[in-house]
Amino acid sequence: MKPPTEIETAVAAENNPVAGIDQTKGDFQYKVDYAFDAGTGLNEDTVRYISTVKKEEPWLLDFRLKALKTFLDKPMPTHWATKDLENINFDKIRYYLSQGQKPKRTWDEVPDDIKKTFERLGIPEQERKFLAGVEAQFDSEAAYSNIKEIVAKQGVIFCNSTEGLREHPEIFRKFFGKVIPTGDNKFSALNSAVFSGGSFIYVPPGVKVAQPLQAYFRINAENFGQFERTLIIADEGAEVVYMEGCTAPKFSTSTLHSAVVELVALKGAKIQYITVQNWANNVFNLVTKRGVAHEEAEIKWIDCNIGSRLTMKYPGVVLKGRKARGEVISIALANDGQHQDTGAKMIHAADETTSNIVAKSISVGQGRSTYRGVVHIPKHLKGCKNNTECDALLINTNSRTDTYPAITVRGDRNSVQHEASVSKVSEEQIFYMQQRGLTEGQAMSLSVNGFINDLARQFPMEYSVELKRLIDLEMEGSVG
Amino acid sequence: MSQLVIKDLHISIGEKSIVKGFNLTIKPGEVHAVMGPNGTGKSTLAKAIAGHPDYTITGGDVLLDGKSVLAMEPDERARTGLFLAFQYPSEIPGVSIANFLRAAVQARMAEGEELDATGYYKRLYAKMDLLKIDRKFTSRAVNDGFSGGEKKRCEILQMAMLEPKIALMDETDSGLDIDALRIVAEGVNSIRAAANPPGILLITHYQRLLDYIVPDFVHVMYAGRIVKSGDKSLALELEAKGYDWVKKEFAAATA
Repeated sequence: MKPPTEIETAVAAENNPVAGIDQTKGDFQYKVDYAFDAGTGLNEDTVRYISTVKKEEPWLLDFRLKALKTFLDKPMPTHWATKDLENINFDKIRYYLSQGQKPKRTWDEVPDDIKKTFERLGIPEQERKFLAGVEAQFDSEAAYSNIKEIVAKQGVIFCNSTEGLREHPEIFRKFFGKVIPTGDNKFSALNSAVFSGGSFIYVPPGVKVAQPLQAYFRINAENFGQFERTLIIADEGAEVVYMEGCTAPKFSTSTLHSAVVELVALKGAKIQYITVQNWANNVFNLVTKRGVAHEEAEIKWIDCNIGSRLTMKYPGVVLKGRKARGEVISIALANDGQHQDTGAKMIHAADETTSNIVAKSISVGQGRSTYRGVVHIPKHLKGCKNNTECDALLINTNSRTDTYPAITVRGDRNSVQHEASVSKVSEEQIFYMQQRGLTEGQAMSLSVNGFINDLARQFPMEYSVELKRLIDLEMEGSVG
Repeated sequence: MSQLVIKDLHISIGEKSIVKGFNLTIKPGEVHAVMGPNGTGKSTLAKAIAGHPDYTITGGDVLLDGKSVLAMEPDERARTGLFLAFQYPSEIPGVSIANFLRAAVQARMAEGEELDATGYYKRLYAKMDLLKIDRKFTSRAVNDGFSGGEKKRCEILQMAMLEPKIALMDETDSGLDIDALRIVAEGVNSIRAAANPPGILLITHYQRLLDYIVPDFVHVMYAGRIVKSGDKSLALELEAKGYDWVKKEFAAATA
């Protein structure tokens, strides 16, 4: 296949009626030369194909094949989760695609159509500048990277997972699959079998990475599932912030995104992992994210889920060392036809560990949001604390929200606090804002932005700007 | 010239007819006080003119600068120059007054036109100085946890910032102690004294407010329409005689 001609690209742009930056929701696609394509469906051959293309060592192929077996053996978790999962047709999904390109070094070297894609994603000007320091994933492989060299001066390794495996096997292998074992759930097994892309980060002891490391992911081929694998290790006393943003083009058939993200914060280390995602509403987004916090270490997940058909994601922290801290800040927005099934897991496994969960969800139209949380503090521990707050906002009368908090606290030397609220945007409030000149849509947006404001402030500036924009877009169609 | 003409207005809630043939013309800078007993349709009048969805206009018209506003959405009416100071302003958690007003000001600008943030804050602070409002006030979320007096000051600040042609002030004095009432009244008076003051429809149950905001005209509303009009002395007469006097007169007139 040839790369797209200028005309093809122009036509693709022409066919996209929403050309203005503010209107784009990732509702487009560009032709891409899929130099490596594993075809559709999943069996041993698919896994072998991926492993061969990626020139992997035999242990990894074994790992993948075992994972495939686990995936096939495990039932769907539909005894507790939504039956919608059964609508995923695993035979129609592409499990591996690569542009066959090496990561780029400078912005100038990035192909124009990829740049155009970023532009279409509506990334604000200041963020495009940010992209100069971004590890961006175009389909399965990172298409662009240069911050790597900057942080390399501090001894930080920042690359994609393929490169990480190839060039830093001694670190990678030691931590890989340890936080989230293959058999953790059906989708972590699937990811373990077919993963490609994702980031690998290692921060040496005492190194505090000044700028957030950033990656953009998107899906760009029909039926193409994306299975990135991210592993971040902060060695003793190290600090790092990682940000990922996701948008995907709309397709008529369902796509699957099933990532695995593992974080390891060694003694006294701090990791912050920030996600703002906006999947097209036919995407199944089934992600396993977990971190292990050692003594006095801190792991904070800031997670924002917008879009997708079904998102199931419960970032967790295993508080393994004394005085470790875990935090999940979560925002979910479910619009028509969408189900955000999100939450958090805090597993206390040492004395004096503390965890904090603040989850806010917004259900619009017939959207449904579910909070599912696990807090576990066993009897033999002392001085552990958990605080859980979940607030739900309903926009319309047919919106739906459910809360399933599972808090297990044993013994009498630990403390736990749980608060939940459900509120609805009232007609009076909307009228009040309209009376000041705001349209109904603007009033809704402002109301929703206000609802999440205290959490949105915890996002880095450019992300909170993007978040606000995404919410404005979502709310535009919610009235009338 | 910006004037509001309310012509033979009839308003109902559901099947129930509340306002029955209300007539009034408000010219720029004029303050019209509308007084009357509870349940006579004063608040209904204000909210219906602003376009509240609970009320149905069953007859008559409301014209701003000669154009009917009745077909307009509430936000369009607001942008045209109608302002309603609410009796019970809504809380908007998480949205600061400064950001809310900014959105309201932005909503009045042409599409694609960007608000000049420096200019906006300059104007906001000037208005706050005029109304003797502390700078910290606008960083608080709109009406969230406000006292009665703070809520009304917030309404007055919005009115000052949005510079409406016509302001409908619904029971601005309700829930205020005498100090808060004085502060709010001073705010309204400074807006009246500024350039291009709006025409004001001041709805109140008590004469008390009119000691501080002296109206040009006083109208007594009963059973859905104006039954008596006069100058500020009418308010004092009403205070002395009570609403029973109006009710009796009305009963005699319609008998």
